[in-house]
Amino acid sequence: MREQYMNMMPHVTLPKVGTAEAWREAARACLSARIPPEAITWSRGPAESVLWAEDEPPPAAKAGAIRVPESFVHLAAQVCWHAHPERFARLYAVLWRLRTEPTLMRDPADRDLLALRQMERAVHRDLHKLKAFVRFREIGDRTAPRRRFAAWFEPAHFTLEPAAPFFARRFADMDFSIATPDLILHCEDGAVRFEDGAEKPDLPEDAAEDLWLTYFRHIFNPARVKTARMLAEMPKRYWKNLPETAAIPDLLANAETRVRDMAEAAPTRAPFYAKAIAARPKAPALLPETGSLAALHAEEAACARCPLHADATQVVPGEGPPNAALMLVGEQPGDQEDLQGRPFVGPAGQLLDDILAQAGLDRRELFLTNAVKHFKFALKGRRRIHASPASGEIAACRWWLRQEIELVRPRLVVALGATAAESLTGSREGILKRRGTIEEGPEGLPVFLTVHPSFLLRLPDPVAREMETERFRQDLLAAREHLERLMAA
Amino acid sequence: MVAPGGPEHYLNAMTTLSLHDKLAILSDAARYDASCASSGTSRRDSRDGKGLGSTDGNGICHSFTPDGRCVSLLKILMTNFCVFDCAYCVNRVSSNVQRARFTPEEVVELTLEFYRRNYIEGLFLSSGIIRSPDDTMRDMVRIARTLREEHDFRGYIHLKTIPGADPDLIAEAGRHADRLSVNIELPTEQGLATFAPEKDPGTIRRHMADIRLRREAAQDRTHSGKPAPRFVPAGQSTQMIVGADPTDDATILKQSARLYGSYGLKRVYYSAFSPIPDSSAKLPLVKPPLLREHRLYQADWLMRFYDFAPEEIAGEGNLDLAIDPKLAWALRHRERFPVEVQRAPREMLLRVPGFGTKTVDRILRARPHRTLRYDDLLRMGASLTKARPFITLPDWSPGALLDSEGLRARFAPEPEQLSLF
Repeated sequence: MREQYMNMMPHVTLPKVGTAEAWREAARACLSARIPPEAITWSRGPAESVLWAEDEPPPAAKAGAIRVPESFVHLAAQVCWHAHPERFARLYAVLWRLRTEPTLMRDPADRDLLALRQMERAVHRDLHKLKAFVRFREIGDRTAPRRRFAAWFEPAHFTLEPAAPFFARRFADMDFSIATPDLILHCEDGAVRFEDGAEKPDLPEDAAEDLWLTYFRHIFNPARVKTARMLAEMPKRYWKNLPETAAIPDLLANAETRVRDMAEAAPTRAPFYAKAIAARPKAPALLPETGSLAALHAEEAACARCPLHADATQVVPGEGPPNAALMLVGEQPGDQEDLQGRPFVGPAGQLLDDILAQAGLDRRELFLTNAVKHFKFALKGRRRIHASPASGEIAACRWWLRQEIELVRPRLVVALGATAAESLTGSREGILKRRGTIEEGPEGLPVFLTVHPSFLLRLPDPVAREMETERFRQDLLAAREHLERLMAA
Repeated sequence: MVAPGGPEHYLNAMTTLSLHDKLAILSDAARYDASCASSGTSRRDSRDGKGLGSTDGNGICHSFTPDGRCVSLLKILMTNFCVFDCAYCVNRVSSNVQRARFTPEEVVELTLEFYRRNYIEGLFLSSGIIRSPDDTMRDMVRIARTLREEHDFRGYIHLKTIPGADPDLIAEAGRHADRLSVNIELPTEQGLATFAPEKDPGTIRRHMADIRLRREAAQDRTHSGKPAPRFVPAGQSTQMIVGADPTDDATILKQSARLYGSYGLKRVYYSAFSPIPDSSAKLPLVKPPLLREHRLYQADWLMRFYDFAPEEIAGEGNLDLAIDPKLAWALRHRERFPVEVQRAPREMLLRVPGFGTKTVDRILRARPHRTLRYDDLLRMGASLTKARPFITLPDWSPGALLDSEGLRARFAPEPEQLSLF
């Protein structure tokens, strides 16, 4: 049986350009004709298109489309560029197995696949190095409408063709050639073509290369020599085509002396201009009028009365007309408030805005503030999760709330939620029972109690949320009516 | 207005420097910035034939210097003149380092000519602070604008922004740049107050908050359904100097976690404080703590990709320099091991030393197909010398190895012997 195949063993010669696509076509034909892997040999040659050995006609395709997992198609498209002579055969062997083992691609421990994956990685790496290490020199007139550049590179695999789209995308406004021993890529007016490889061309000197070497020498930090890491990423086999590597021996030889000299040099006297700059008059800080909200905010900004300032972005001061009749006190700034430096601008703030409007209250006429002025949070991965302020923090921040109340002198304060209630009335207990009532706050100020809008956002049940939203709206209406009575009295 | 004898006067005297001299001075000045990343931005190319450059999400390291660092961007300062006096910085006003200043045209020219020769992915522009933050930022924005609008440059641009600069300038910087960064410099506010007295930690935080808000706004679609104008598609990053002040690793990692969580930073870079020419008497020059820097990057990686909390990694002190932080955690928590590879959940596989995210994903994909054995794991890229004591397989059990006294010593390098002289 085997003998029989040996006599008529098809040999497929794949073209140098378009190799991966040609392999795919040929492999499909062979598979469709049920030619087993051991009965076929492959090579890449100078042919323009797929050649079948001995004038043998291509195998007749049998009916029915061949389906293979997409992951194999991607794998094959990469492995074809590998320099290993067996790459095409190994790909075909796995393709052959896929007929009977449709889940093969999903097994990361299969030996045949692992060997192909290794080739894929080698190609990937070579492709990456090609994109990274090609160095163009200018070969044409700098003032020409399209400037011309050329490079010589020696890839480890046949990676010039798959790299071509990258260079074409990147350098679309110039013409260039990349020569390799195997193929030469030309890109002119955006059109890509290949010709057969040649010897290393003599490229003219390029003045930019000296600047590049200057940069390379000076961006190097002699105090952190890590040669092994450099060699792992930029192996020596690439050095001959990288102009900057000429500087490496000197950089390494002198590194130690340079570091020692830095350490031994005594500190010098500051240069003459340092004094002149230190003596420049600083712009006088514009101090807000004492006793104003602005002055209070300036003081608050430096607050370190409790540890919360350490992790927050900034103090979030109260906001509103300095003579507002109604003051709303929330709990503390949230994520958005902390970033923006303004109270009630996050999701709870937007909900509050809507319900205020429905209750006939205009946010612009209210003074909005919080019982605690810095955002307290716990980190959960990369998110900041609201954490409730402790009594000590509420007490520390009462200092600021009291001053806001003294400056604004509202007729009525609405405490939103337990923290505000604690700050204003001394007790946070049973807020759901106390809501809708008025208690006595600092210096006899009437404090209307209700829930915090974020309570509504946390209710998972939409019906409960709707009901609670309505109750909150009623509370705000009642507060408004109470305020109107106070104002009329 | 600046008095005669001030920086302007001095800068005028510098104009005789050649482009080579300036490039030498201003890349010397830029080498202490760790970041050279050029990945994670939007996809662009120049196939319309009108411009130059492309980005496809993955940055490219075009070269490597003998310090093992990648050269991806042209990393330079616009000027190394600076009115600040930060003790750790080579460019501080009281240093006698030679000063230079590029014209905007020179920066544009260098960027484009380097790019055309495939030396770089783009520009990372930073600057000393001349006159004021606004003046400095305005000049940097002008360079980015010229590259984008006059030369249709579609490569990568990273601008180091100046804290306290006008928000309108930041908004424009973000339209042109792929990434903005603002350096936190030192991990604690006390450190900043001691060594960089002109820098205000509050301003830096608000600046980062502002960038996050603008970035989020750019990601929202406008009411008409049109995408909002772009704003730093590759996000923002920061850098802190390690080893200039006595802050421990636990504090540094908590600070990083806070920065990631609060401002959505893409990266926190750690830069081992490294000797600089003409150093300040305030900061003694020591060998840069490169190993510590490396451990911090490993720990940072564990926080971002392995769901470790900062306090799990460093406890209350410093990271173990002899072994990596994941192994150190496993050795402190031997009661959680061995892990049965065939059945363990993803979270626990991720905690096995020697298993990376890729290995774990491969294990999870392979498990439905086969019972994984020792050889399978080897072929799938697991580092079994490390993982071995912490896992069980049908053909492998760590036995007493896991609880043995000498387990740490198997991984830690020999302590350095004092040499007899």
